[in-house]
Amino acid sequence: MIAIRNLRKRFGSLEVLKGIDARMTTGRVTAIVGPNAAGKTTLIKTILGLARADSGSIDVDGVRVNGDETYRRKIGYMSQIARFPSNLTGAELLAMLCELRPDAQDVDEDLIRAFGLGLELTKKLNNLSGGTKQKINAVAAFLFKPELLILDEPTAGLDPRSAGVLKDKIRSERCAGRTFIITSHVMSELEELADDVIFIDDGKVRFSGSIDQIKSLTRQVNLERAVAELMERGAAA
Amino acid sequence: MIENAAQWRAGGIWEVAKPQVRNVVRSKWLLSYVAFFLLATEGLLRFTGGGEKTLLSLASIVLFVVPLITVVYGTIYLYNSREFIELLLAQPLKRRRVFAGLYAGLSIPLVIAFVAGVVTPFLLRGMIFEDPRALATVIAGGSALTLTFTGIAFCLALRFEDRLTGLGAGMAIWLVLALAYDGAVLFIVALMSDHSIEKWLLAVSLLNPIDLVRIALLLQFDISALLGYTGVVFNRFFSGAMGLAVITAALTTWIAGPLALGYVGFKRKDF
Repeated sequence: MIAIRNLRKRFGSLEVLKGIDARMTTGRVTAIVGPNAAGKTTLIKTILGLARADSGSIDVDGVRVNGDETYRRKIGYMSQIARFPSNLTGAELLAMLCELRPDAQDVDEDLIRAFGLGLELTKKLNNLSGGTKQKINAVAAFLFKPELLILDEPTAGLDPRSAGVLKDKIRSERCAGRTFIITSHVMSELEELADDVIFIDDGKVRFSGSIDQIKSLTRQVNLERAVAELMERGAAA
Repeated sequence: MIENAAQWRAGGIWEVAKPQVRNVVRSKWLLSYVAFFLLATEGLLRFTGGGEKTLLSLASIVLFVVPLITVVYGTIYLYNSREFIELLLAQPLKRRRVFAGLYAGLSIPLVIAFVAGVVTPFLLRGMIFEDPRALATVIAGGSALTLTFTGIAFCLALRFEDRLTGLGAGMAIWLVLALAYDGAVLFIVALMSDHSIEKWLLAVSLLNPIDLVRIALLLQFDISALLGYTGVVFNRFFSGAMGLAVITAALTTWIAGPLALGYVGFKRKDF
């Protein structure tokens, strides 16, 4: 479980996170949604330790995130933008990640097969399309069978078939008991995948609960309309 | 030695550096960099026939080109590596190791490229031992400048979010240290000609890494006419081994300083 308490982060004069309180439950898929620039990516990066909070706390399975790197052993991260060293091949990149985790027992290469990446992995990364790089990014996130997967806009740039492959993978790993934190602008996709929703607007959590709860609260039939309704209310308030 | 190597590996620095070394070595930029020094050295050897003259001309090219290319390539490289750095930081690695790996991964290929480009023509002509001390000074000086300006590139790329600002600052620093510095010193000397400011000037000459390497080179050649103003003053106070020791100490500080500053920036940075 991830417990976030009163998390604040400011970039210069811009206050991005204004006291976030949230919980992500183990074994469930939590979607983080909200308008552009609401602070979703900053929140994710703070959980990963890429950015440091000004105040507040994050606990991952009871361990405080405080600059020690060991908790990241159980995290797989898929960033929004996949840009890698341009003169390396995908295979070299994955080999590097393996060398960086000598303690990892075995690796999960299912996605390489499912995406049909075999040949692409031998090509230089700068000769690959954005979508193919994003697939390699996904492979890297799942590679070490992490307990917690943090996916920032995972299907952005993927064709429908590949997006389907990735969603199937998320579903099957969810069934295997893994925890997910996903952001996306595609609400229908989150409705398919997620159990819980955290709605962030203007650096604060405006809603936190299950998909059914957000729908009944807003009296809307689907997640997209429910989130839109919450944004309307936020703008009106 | 082997134990040290094992420790280094265990530290995870080489694992971070290795793919980058591979990446940089394969880039066309680096190939052109090697080719440039190959051609420049070969051309100078061909037209000046070796000896002091060749090394002096080579040295002035090195003093000019190495800092410029290193700071420009370094900043661009780091801005382009932003997402890769995020990927590394999302792994169970200490920031210290990621930083050391990044620095090694960038500076090692740059040093190798420079040394290979300069040394190969000498080797091919069997002239490597003709003036070994002077050639060694050119190589050591150029390598030290590579390390210094890689560090400066790190500081700038970490300090400025905007890549044009970072690149511009790098060029400005190069412009000041490579071109404007000696002129400015001379100007001040002319203004203050009534005062005795030689000791001040000595300190001033230690503040510019390019000047330091230039002085180190010219102390080897004994041509004070080319020393520049700061060089002349320096030469008066330090000569021989003492001079070289002072220069080495100052240059080491110039490598360690930006590196430490970059490290502090890297530790604090929000990616």
